[in-house]
Amino acid sequence: MTQTAHSPASGRPDPSSSSPSTGAAPAGPPARDDRVRRRAPLAALLGRPEIGSLIGAVAIFAFFFAVADPFRSVSSMATVLYASSTIGIMAVAVALLMIGGEFDLSAGVAVTASAITASITSWQLGLNVWAGILIALAVSLAIGYFNAWLLLKTGLPSFLITLGTFFMLQGINLGVTRVITGTVATPSISDMDGFAAARAVFSSTITIGGVGFRITILWWFLLVAISTYVLLRTRVGNWIFAVGGDADAARAVGVPVRATKIGLFMFVGLCAWFAGMHQLFAFNTIQSGQGIGNEFLFIIAAVVGGCLLTGGYGSTVGAAIGAFIFGMTTQGIVFAGWNPDWFRLFLGAMLLLATVVNLVVRKQAEKR
Amino acid sequence: MTTTDDRLADPVSGPTTEILQLTDVGKSYGNVHALRGVSMTVRQGEITCVLGDNGAGKSTLIKIIAGLHQHSEGVVRVNGEEVSFSSPRESLARGIATVYQDLALVPLMSVWRNFFMGAELRKGPLRSLDTATMKRVANEELLRMGIDIPDLERPVGSLSGGQRQCIAIARAVYFGAKVLILDEPTAALGVKQSGVVLKYVARARDAGLGVVFITHNPHHAYLVGNHFVILNRGRVSLDASRSEIGLDQLTNEMAGGAELEALGHELGSSLAEVEADGDGERALRPS
Repeated sequence: MTQTAHSPASGRPDPSSSSPSTGAAPAGPPARDDRVRRRAPLAALLGRPEIGSLIGAVAIFAFFFAVADPFRSVSSMATVLYASSTIGIMAVAVALLMIGGEFDLSAGVAVTASAITASITSWQLGLNVWAGILIALAVSLAIGYFNAWLLLKTGLPSFLITLGTFFMLQGINLGVTRVITGTVATPSISDMDGFAAARAVFSSTITIGGVGFRITILWWFLLVAISTYVLLRTRVGNWIFAVGGDADAARAVGVPVRATKIGLFMFVGLCAWFAGMHQLFAFNTIQSGQGIGNEFLFIIAAVVGGCLLTGGYGSTVGAAIGAFIFGMTTQGIVFAGWNPDWFRLFLGAMLLLATVVNLVVRKQAEKR
Repeated sequence: MTTTDDRLADPVSGPTTEILQLTDVGKSYGNVHALRGVSMTVRQGEITCVLGDNGAGKSTLIKIIAGLHQHSEGVVRVNGEEVSFSSPRESLARGIATVYQDLALVPLMSVWRNFFMGAELRKGPLRSLDTATMKRVANEELLRMGIDIPDLERPVGSLSGGQRQCIAIARAVYFGAKVLILDEPTAALGVKQSGVVLKYVARARDAGLGVVFITHNPHHAYLVGNHFVILNRGRVSLDASRSEIGLDQLTNEMAGGAELEALGHELGSSLAEVEADGDGERALRPS
C-alpha cells in the first residue's frame, strides 16, 4: 500500500514527516504552529453534532410561526415545550445510550411499566404513593440492569436484546394489570396518601407571567444541562464516547466498558421511571397498552439531534432539539388546523431529511 | 527512506539492565506448538527486534508478554521476578505497554481525549476534566517525541497512520511504560511514514525504555535494532546482537537462507538465482 505524505484525510501536508528538523524538537512550552490557523468559530460550530437539528428547528419554527396564527402566542410555546419535554426526558437518556453504542427498544414500554408498578403497588398494598414510587424506581433500574446484563452476558446486539424485553414488558404490562385489576387500566390513585406532594414534584404547573408551564419542562432543561456537562467535562463522559466509539480500544487502555454500559442502561431506566411518574400523576390512571412505539420517537429525537447509529458521536442538546422539533410539529399541526393523520408521514420524512443534513454538515465541517 | 543513521542505531552508553527475560518459553494450543523453547532478553535502552514470517509465532510471543495468553512452558521474568500474566492489566501494572496494530485509539475522539483515555486528569470539587492541562500535556509530550500534530481537537480518525502510531506510542511512554512492545508498527505505512515511526521508536529507546519491535521487514529492523531475534516455525532460528550480524546476513536469514540453499541443491538449479528472487520479494513486500 502506498501512502503519500499528503494525507487525504487532513487535506494538508503531513506535519510530522515534512519537517526535517524533528530531532531538535523543542521540549519547552509549545508555541502555536504557524501552519495552523486558529479554527474559525463558524467551522467549530458546524462541527458540533447538534448543528443539523438546530437548523431544522429554526426552519420548522419559522414555518409554523408563518402559517399558524395560534402558534405565535407564549401559551402555545408552553404547550409545545411540554409536548417536547415528555419525549425529551427519555430522548436524553436514549441519546447517551446511543453515544455509548447501544439501543434500547424497550424504553417506551418501560415508562408504562414503571407507572403501572407504582400505581398498582401503592393501591393494592394501601401504601403511601411514595412507597410505590420508590418500588417503581427499583423496578425501572432493574429493567435497565437486566438489559445490560443480558447484553454483556450474551454479546448479542442490544437491538435484539431490547426487542425481546420490549415484547416481554408489553406482555407483563397487560397481563399483570388485567390479573390484578380485572381491567386494562390501573385504578385512579388521586385520593391516596402522598398524591398531592408527588403530583407537585412530577406534574405540577408553574405560572410565569400568567402563562402556565408544566414542571417537566424544568426537569427536562435541568437534565439536558447536567447530561451535557457530564458528557463533555467528566471522566464518565469520556468513557461514554470511548465505549461507543471503539469498545475494544477503550478496554485496552483501562476504561471500564462493562460498568459504563450497565450505567447507561440503568440511566435509561431512571429516566423511564421519571417519565412514568409524570404520566401517572398527570392522569391518575395508566392504560396498560400505552407507550408502545414511543421508543422510536426517542431514537428519532436522538438521531435528528446528531447521534450516530453506530455510536461514539452525538450530544444530548441535539436530542433535546430533536424532541423540540417533535413537539413543535405535533402541536403545530393542531394549531394550523390540519388533519393530524398525516403527522407520522411528516415525522418519517423529517428523520430522513435530518440524517442527510447531519451527514452533509459533518462532511463540510471536516473539510474546513 | 531514512538512511542508516549511526545516531539511531547506536545503543545508549553505560550498562544496560535486563528488564524482561524469557527462558525456554513455549505455548501450545491443544496439540499445536505455536512457540517452543524461545529465550530472549530485553534490556533497558535497547531495541530488540523480533523478526519472522507469517505464522512464525510472533503474535503468540507478544500475547504472552502482553498478558493476553499464558505461556505453557518456560519462565518469564520481569526485573528478575518470575511472572505469569493472566490479563493485560497485570502486564501493564508491571510497566509493559503493548501498542497493537489496531492501536487502541477511538477514531471519532479528539487527539487529547485519546491520549488520556482511561487515565483522565481531573480537578476541582466536581472532579471535572482538567481539559486545559490535558491538552497542554498531550501537546508537550507529542512535541517532545518529535511529533507535531497542530490541532489536538481533530478526531484521531482524520490523522495519518504514522501519526496515529506515534500517538499510541507517546501515550504508552507518558504513562510510565518500562517495556514497550510494538506490533508491526510500520506494516501498514508508506516509506516516509515508516521513517517517522522508526525515528520515534529510537527516541523511546533513548528515553531509557526497553523496546520489543516486532516486524517482518529486516530493513526497518536493522535501522534501529540493537539485538535481533528471528523466529521460524515457533523456534528461535537466530539470536544475534548488532555487532555480530550485518543487514545482508539478516535479510538472508529472514528469508530462510538455509532453506533456500537446501532447495537449491535439491533442484540442482542455480542457487544464486533463487536466492536473488527470494530476497527481492521479502525486501519489497512491506512497503
